[in-house]
Amino acid sequence: MQLGRVVGCVWSSVKNLGLTGQRLLIVQPVKADLSLTGRAIICTDCTGAGSGELIYWVRGKEASFPFTDAEVPSDATIVGIVDELNLGKPRTEEHL
Amino acid sequence: MLIARVIGDITATQKHPSHEGKKLLLVQPLDLDGSHRGMPVIAVDSVSAGIGDRVLLVQDGFAAFTTVGLKIAPIDSAVIGVIDHIQLDLGLDAVAPEPAPAPAEPRPAAKKQPKKNRAQ
Repeated sequence: MQLGRVVGCVWSSVKNLGLTGQRLLIVQPVKADLSLTGRAIICTDCTGAGSGELIYWVRGKEASFPFTDAEVPSDATIVGIVDELNLGKPRTEEHL
Repeated sequence: MLIARVIGDITATQKHPSHEGKKLLLVQPLDLDGSHRGMPVIAVDSVSAGIGDRVLLVQDGFAAFTTVGLKIAPIDSAVIGVIDHIQLDLGLDAVAPEPAPAPAEPRPAAKKQPKKNRAQ
């Protein structure tokens, strides 16, 4: 899984039937210090994440497992919303 | 499998039900010389590793969710061992990638050449 931050969402009317009802969120990967990095990707969501939240997402075949009955054609899915990130250092400021 | 170092752990309340009760670690994959190899990843812990440990990281979905005792789950990486010792018989020179070339010095600014007047 990778850390990321939700930076927006995508609407699509004409799409594969498996994507019906799925939220499509734009996720920007983040480094351990929470700075944005890399290229944004579009993820389906099984947690109810919203814009600006720090999340972790899974890539590949496992991305369709949360929706096994629905056969969602997804290769990236948000599977958790991060409450706290502990890097084992004394905390100087609020992480999130 | 990769060598990685645990650099943090993660708390999440709102998540896929299969992740409940599992420890989530933030691990940084390493090269043999200890330098970082790509981005840190989030892995499920199956060996009670802690921050600072060098660990074995598996990055295949099937291997990952079977090590934590699940049949099918949205998990793509897991920590499957804590490394005690690494022995390199051929030395680091034989396996380490070549060091990156030093950044080139900035070139001296080229002298401005007077513009040629275009023929009318």
